[in-house]
Amino acid sequence: MDGEEDLTPLDPAYKSMLRLQSGIVALVLLIGATVGEVLIPGWTGIFWIPVLAFAAWLLIRMPMRRYAARGYSLVEGRLRVVRGVLFHSDTVVPFGRVQHIDVDQGPLERAFGLATLTVHTAGTHNASVSLPGLTHADAMAMREDIRAALRHKAP
Amino acid sequence: MRPDAPRRTDPRTFAVTALSLAGRTALPLAVGAYAILDEGRASDLVTYFLPLVFVLIGINLLVAYLRWTRLTYTVGEEDIRVESGLLSRAARSVPFERIQDVSLEQKLLARVFGLVEVRFETGAGGGDDLKLAYLSENEGERLRETVRARREGVGEEPVAADAAQSSVETRVLFEMSPRRIVTFGLFEFSLAAVAVIGGAAQQFDFLLPFDIWDVDLWQDRLAGSGHWLTGLGPWMQAVGIALAILSLGVLGFGTGLVRTVLREWDFRLERTDKGLRRRGLLTRTDLVMPVHRVQALKIGTGILRRRFGWYSLKVVSLASDSGSANHDAAPFAQMREIEPIVRENGFELPSTNTDWRRGSKRYRVDRYLLGLALLAGISLAGLATGQFAMALPVAFLAACLLGFYEFFRWRWDCHAIDQLQVYSRHGWLAPSLSIGSRVKLQSVEIRRGPLARIRGYADLILGLAGGRLRMRGLPAGQARALSDDLLESMAQLDFSETMERSGSSTSTPREITPAIHSTPGVA
Repeated sequence: MDGEEDLTPLDPAYKSMLRLQSGIVALVLLIGATVGEVLIPGWTGIFWIPVLAFAAWLLIRMPMRRYAARGYSLVEGRLRVVRGVLFHSDTVVPFGRVQHIDVDQGPLERAFGLATLTVHTAGTHNASVSLPGLTHADAMAMREDIRAALRHKAP
Repeated sequence: MRPDAPRRTDPRTFAVTALSLAGRTALPLAVGAYAILDEGRASDLVTYFLPLVFVLIGINLLVAYLRWTRLTYTVGEEDIRVESGLLSRAARSVPFERIQDVSLEQKLLARVFGLVEVRFETGAGGGDDLKLAYLSENEGERLRETVRARREGVGEEPVAADAAQSSVETRVLFEMSPRRIVTFGLFEFSLAAVAVIGGAAQQFDFLLPFDIWDVDLWQDRLAGSGHWLTGLGPWMQAVGIALAILSLGVLGFGTGLVRTVLREWDFRLERTDKGLRRRGLLTRTDLVMPVHRVQALKIGTGILRRRFGWYSLKVVSLASDSGSANHDAAPFAQMREIEPIVRENGFELPSTNTDWRRGSKRYRVDRYLLGLALLAGISLAGLATGQFAMALPVAFLAACLLGFYEFFRWRWDCHAIDQLQVYSRHGWLAPSLSIGSRVKLQSVEIRRGPLARIRGYADLILGLAGGRLRMRGLPAGQARALSDDLLESMAQLDFSETMERSGSSTSTPREITPAIHSTPGVA
């Protein structure tokens, strides 16, 4: 429903990047759990078991769900960004309302060849709408598309 | 140099950053040096501290240098692009059409080196403008000229057009007579002041020479030493209570009145050639709101004042000279006075044939059930602590009230769209009505929580310069249809055009109904 079937999924590398991010979190948690196990002897597993289960969820399930929940479309002169597993949001910005456009790459994103496209609007709500998980080339191409459309439409 | 090649900022930027860095680190360094010297060993200073300082300064300079080499800007055919970042890369593109002004700023250090910070102001809502620090003065001037030239190719400056019409024609749209202000003040009855004074009396009653909550004592005082009234015991208690309530009431009305008079005396709203001008006694700021920058209107009221037909009108606009985006246009007026102001802003009140729609029943039911669950938790806690009397009746009463509340919110919260505008009515006893112009919306968002997805409703949030319009708990299909409809009309005008037209361009006059009273036609 909601016409979400015609959304473009993000780049699969984004899934790997989410997994790496959760891996870092999981690692920190595991270190914490190990410290706990060492400090409280005799209760082997009281920290490890729940943390391991959580880490498994973080590494396997969570990135899949987040990836599946996200998508975008760039048709009819609108940028549509869909996101959120539990709290779902579906934001549309017509090209004619775009103020300026950012293409950002964090260190992790650079390693995966990904980029985040951010469009800024004049609205106080949704002053900037960002779309992560695009390949850098795609993000640049989308920026050009939006800008060209903008130029075209202006009087 | 080709005009379109990526350029770096002026090399002297590096000097300015290094100097300001030195300025910022001087104090910590001095403190550190003092701490070590205090120990009395100058040799430590040389062996440990100085190398550390040099390494730190070196790293900072290196980072500043690398940043400088990685920051480039390009003046293209259609936009200005800035790319920056060492580990992460950021690329920003600002189209010429969107640049409203280019400001050149010189701080002290930059001035010494003859550099300027160039800021490209767009209408971006987050206040997140593109900045270039630092360029030489000539380069800054050149950029400003370039942008202006490109812009002129796009469309003439709206500001210049305003300045050309220098005829000073002023019409008073709305003003408040002293009598009106006093009426307003009476409705501004301040329960807060009563609560504060009442609370203070209870807190600090040890400071008073008598116990004000002691009815017998009051009785004694009022009756005097003769005790001739003691026979009227219950009557005197009633009189005492009435006196207490009366004094608190006088206090509440008094503070409301004084505050209102101070705030609103001589309030007037004028239409000048530059826009709406607002003046008042304490709001001496003489706020001017250009009509074409008015994004939406809000009509509010109060529980009691609504019965007498009093409403307030607020203007949501991007008046650049004040922080808040909500401006009182008429704080206390009858609907027939509000109507012309609304029209002056290029908006219309909803007409009789506006197609009002309600939110989802399921949304209200879910909210009620959630409220009940919370109440059940509280009363269970009450039962556990053995306070049966408190737990059960109070919880029952609260459950009933909550039910009424959700029902009436369902009954009265509604929204509508017509050719040019979008309306959202919100609230039960003191409802407010927001009127937005369809072409001036900036974004459309449909938001759904976990419950909303299971039960099939959604919130619709419309981004607006200076505010937002939110419609909660719409049936999912309706939210989608509304969003599609609105996006269709938004696509018809570009942002630059929406900033120059006032309101939603006026159509044929329609029959006006008091916006808030009108019963929503069920859809």
